[in-house]
Amino acid sequence: MTGGPGSPAGLSGNSGNGSPAGSAKANTAAPSNRRPRRRTGRGAELWLLIFAAIIVTAALMIVELNQHQALKIELVYYGGGYLAVFAIAHVVVRALAPYADPLMLPLVALLNGLGLVMIYRLDLAEAAKHANATPQAPLQLLWTAVSLVLFLVTLLVIRDHTSLQSYPYTLAFAGLIFLALPAALPRSLSEVNGAKIWIRIPGLLSVQPSEFAKITLIVFAAAFLVSKRGVLSTAGPRFLGLTLPRIRDLGPLVALLAVSLGVLVVSNDLGPALLIFGVLLAMVYLATSRVSWLIIGLLAFAGGAVLAYQFVPHLRVRVDIWLHPFADPQGASYQLVQSLFGLGTGGIFGTGLGAGRPDIVPYASTDFITAALGEELGLVGLTAIIVCFMILVGRGMRAALAARDNFGSLLAAGLSFSIGLQVFVIIGGVTGLIPLTGLTTPFVSYGGSSLLANYIILALLLRISDSSRRPPVKQPRRTGTLAQARTEILSRSAK
Amino acid sequence: MKPSMRKLGAAIIVMLVALMANLTYIQVVKAVDYRHDPNNRRTVLEEYSRARGQITASGGVVLAQSNPSKDQYRYQRVYPGGAMYANLTGYYSLRYGPTGLERLQNDLLAGNDPQLFVEQLSDLITGRDPQGGNVQLTIVPAVQKAAYDGLSAKGYVGAVVAINPSTGAILAMASTPSYDPNPLASHSEDVQRKAYNQLVEASPSPILDRTIGAVYPPGSTFKLVVTAAALQHGFTPQSQVPGAPTITLPDTGGATLSNYDREACAGRGGASVTLTQALAYSCNTAYATVAMDIGAAALKQQAAAFGITGDNSSIDGFPVAASRTGTMETASGATDLGALAQSGIGQRDVALTPLEDAVVAATIANGGQRMQPYLVAKTTRPDLSVIDQATPVSLGQAIPASVADEIRTMMVASENATPGSGHIAGITIASKTGTAEHGTDPKNTPPHAWYVAFAPADHPKVAVAVFVANGGDRGLNATGATVAAPIGRDVIAAALAGLS
Repeated sequence: MTGGPGSPAGLSGNSGNGSPAGSAKANTAAPSNRRPRRRTGRGAELWLLIFAAIIVTAALMIVELNQHQALKIELVYYGGGYLAVFAIAHVVVRALAPYADPLMLPLVALLNGLGLVMIYRLDLAEAAKHANATPQAPLQLLWTAVSLVLFLVTLLVIRDHTSLQSYPYTLAFAGLIFLALPAALPRSLSEVNGAKIWIRIPGLLSVQPSEFAKITLIVFAAAFLVSKRGVLSTAGPRFLGLTLPRIRDLGPLVALLAVSLGVLVVSNDLGPALLIFGVLLAMVYLATSRVSWLIIGLLAFAGGAVLAYQFVPHLRVRVDIWLHPFADPQGASYQLVQSLFGLGTGGIFGTGLGAGRPDIVPYASTDFITAALGEELGLVGLTAIIVCFMILVGRGMRAALAARDNFGSLLAAGLSFSIGLQVFVIIGGVTGLIPLTGLTTPFVSYGGSSLLANYIILALLLRISDSSRRPPVKQPRRTGTLAQARTEILSRSAK
Repeated sequence: MKPSMRKLGAAIIVMLVALMANLTYIQVVKAVDYRHDPNNRRTVLEEYSRARGQITASGGVVLAQSNPSKDQYRYQRVYPGGAMYANLTGYYSLRYGPTGLERLQNDLLAGNDPQLFVEQLSDLITGRDPQGGNVQLTIVPAVQKAAYDGLSAKGYVGAVVAINPSTGAILAMASTPSYDPNPLASHSEDVQRKAYNQLVEASPSPILDRTIGAVYPPGSTFKLVVTAAALQHGFTPQSQVPGAPTITLPDTGGATLSNYDREACAGRGGASVTLTQALAYSCNTAYATVAMDIGAAALKQQAAAFGITGDNSSIDGFPVAASRTGTMETASGATDLGALAQSGIGQRDVALTPLEDAVVAATIANGGQRMQPYLVAKTTRPDLSVIDQATPVSLGQAIPASVADEIRTMMVASENATPGSGHIAGITIASKTGTAEHGTDPKNTPPHAWYVAFAPADHPKVAVAVFVANGGDRGLNATGATVAAPIGRDVIAAALAGLS
C-alpha cells in the first residue's frame, strides 16, 4: 500500500508525496516494508490539467470573440466544468493508478478540449448557414463524459494489465465478431454516409466497431507474440541472409489479421485496415527484433496495395486524388483541395480561432479536423498539436520501455504506436502527404466510438505506466537460516 | 525487444516530423498560391465579411448598407429601399454572387478599387479591417417612389424612367414587378436559396429590369422621332397631312392601316389636318404617310441621332438593350414602303427601351441636345471625400433647337388633347402617348401603354417615359392616355415638387 496521496506537488517540488507525512519525514527513510516514497507526478498532472483547462477556455473565448458572440460568464463555467470533469479523472487516477505517467492525461485533456472548441466553432458556422443544423459539440461533450467514465471503469476493472494476457483468444474472437457485425447487419442498421461500417441503434447511437476491434487485436497480438516470442525470433529457414519465419508459428495472428483486413477492405474502410496492419506488423517486429519480418510485411503490404488498386475502385480514386489533387478541384478532389486551401490561407500563424472558414471543408469536424485547426491556428498551432501527440506517443513508448513484463511492454508499445500511426495516416491524408483514408484524429475528431476507444487506450497506457513506475515493495532483510524462511507470494507484476 | 522499441519510437518521430515538414511546405511555401487560387472561396468570403460601402440615392438616402452583425460574417447587407430599388442595387448574395450595382461597383464597395489605395495601405499597416467606398446615385427618392408606386399600386408590369433633360442625370428608374433583395443577402443559405428560387421561377420575371433590359414597340411615342425628321424635311407644324380613318399600304397587296378605333383624324370627318393636329390626336394614317414621304433613310438617320442605333450600349456599367428601327427594307434591299409606313407609327420592327424613349423626350426638352444618361452621381471614400464626380456629357445636337421648340409646342397640344387623370395645376406638360400593338395576334392582345413627357414645357426640369406592358389593368381597351399618362404626371409632379 502506498498510503493516501499527499498534497499536490508543484512541477519543481522534489518532495515525495506518497504520504501525508510530507518531505521532512521522507528523507529519513526508515527501513520498513512500505514502498520507498517516490514522486508520483500526480501534483504535476493536476497543474498541467489546470493549464490545459486554461488553454481550452481561452480558445473558447477567442472563438466567441471572433464570432462576435458576447463574452458570457457561461464560458468560465464551461471551462470550470471541463476542468472539474478532468479533475475527477485525476482524483480517480490518484486512487487507482497513483504512479501513472503524469503527462498523458493532461495531453489528452488538451487535445480533447481543443477538439471540442473546434467542433463548437464549426457548429456556429453550420448554424449560420442552416437554421436547422444539428450541433455536434453537445454530443461530443456527452461522449467525452461517457468516455471518461469508461476510462475510469477500465482503470477500476483492470487493476493489473497482465490479467488481459489470460484471455487473448476470447478477446480476439469477440473483437472479430464485433468487427464483422456491420457486414452482417442490414443496411438500415449499419450504414452511415454510405459506409457500411457501423452498428446503429436507431435514435440512440451509432458505434464504429473497428475502433474497438483495433484494441482487442492489439491486446491479442501482444499476448500471442509474448507467448511465441522465443520461437519466432530463433527458428526458421534462412534465405539470402534473412531468417524467414515459420508460418505455423504465426498462423493464428496472420489468420486473424487476414480476416480483419478482409472485412475492412470489403466495407471500404481502408483507414482502420491500414492502421491495424501497420500496428500488428510493428508489434511483430518488436517481439522478434527481426528486420526480416518487417521486409516480409512491407512486401505483403505492397502486394496487397497493388491488388487493391486493381480491384477496389474506391482506393483507385483516392490514389488519383492524392497524385493530382488539382485535376478536379470542384469534383472528386474538392475535399482535399479545400483542405489545402484552408491550410494555405491559415499560413504560419493562422486566421485565429473563429476567424477562418474551416466549415468549407466537408467533414471538417471528423476526418478533416486537423485542416480546420491548421487553418485557424496556423502552422504554429497545428505543429504544437502534432508535438502534443508526439509527447503522448513518446510517454507511451517510455511506459513500454519501462514495463516490467514483456506483455505490458509490447501492449504499451502497440497502443502507443497505434496512436502515432493513426495521427500520421489521417493528418498525412488531410495534407496530401499520403493518399487519404478515413480515420479520426485521436481525441480531437468528432465521434463517440473514436473517443471511447481512445480513452480505453489511455486507461491501458496509464495502467501499464503505473505498474512500471510503481516502486517495488522492499522486502525486510531476511535474517536467520534458510530453514527458517517462509514461503511468500510475489506480486505478479514484479516477476 | 528494447532496442527495436527505440527504433520504432524513432520511426514515429520521423513520421510526425514528415507531417510537420509537409505542413511547412503547404502553409509557408505554397500558402500564397493556395490563398489566391480561384477555387478558394475563402477570399470571396473574406470580402463578404467586410464593412462594405453604402449605395445612396440623392440626398444621402441609404439604399444599401452593411450593418454590423453578431455572426461569423460580421456585416449584414441590408437594402432599406427594398424592391423599389432592387433593379439598381441588385443584391449581394454569398451563394449566388452580387448583381446590379453591387456587382458593377463591387471593387469600390468592397474596398478593392485601386483608387482606394491609400486607405488600403493604411488599413494594412494599422491592421484595421478594410472598408469600402460609397456610391451615390442621381436617383431622387420621391421621384423613384412615385414611379414605383404608380406601377406597382395596380400590379402593372412596366417601367418608368425620369431624366433631368439638361444633364442626363436619371431621377427615377423603376421596373415592376420587382423583388426584395434583403433575403438574397441573408446570412442563412436556406433563406438565400429559397428567395433565389422564387426569384428565378417567378413570371413575369422580377429580375428583368424593364427600363433597360428589354425593348418594346413604342407605338405612337415614336411619332416624336418622325416629327423631328419631318420638320427637317419640308414639313412644318402647320403642314397639311391626310386625315382619313384608313389607308391602304403600298406594296403589301392591299393591307390597310387605320387610326385608333378607325376614327377620322381629329374628328374632322377624314379631311386633311395639320401635322400638329395629327400628333395631338395621334393619327396613324397621317404619320404613315409622312414617314413614306420623308423616306426610310431620313427616318433612320433621325432615329440614330436620338440614340436609336440598333447597338447595345450601357449606362454606368448597366447593359442597355439595343433600341432599333428595323431595316424597313425588302429582301432585295429596296425600301419596303409598307414597313416604312408601319415604322412611322412606331410599330413593325421599331422597338425601344423605356430609357431610350425618355432620352427622346429629354432631348427635345433640352433644345435638341442629347445628354448621356447617367446614374452614378459620385463615388466617395470611406471618409466621404469624393473620388469621382459625374459630369454631364453631351452626345451632340440630335435636332436643331428650332425644331425642338416646334415639337415642344406640338407636344403641349398633344397633352391638352390627352384625357386621363393627374393634370397638375399651373404646370404645362409637353407629352405624347402611345398604345402599341404587339404579339402574334395584335388585335386580340392587350396593347402596351406608353407616355413620354417633359415639364414645365417652357423650361423643362424633368423628362419622363412610362411603359406599362399588356394594357395594365384595362386589357384590350387600354391606351397610353388612360393607363400610362396618370403615372407619368404623378412622377412629374413628384420631380417638380422636389426641385422647387
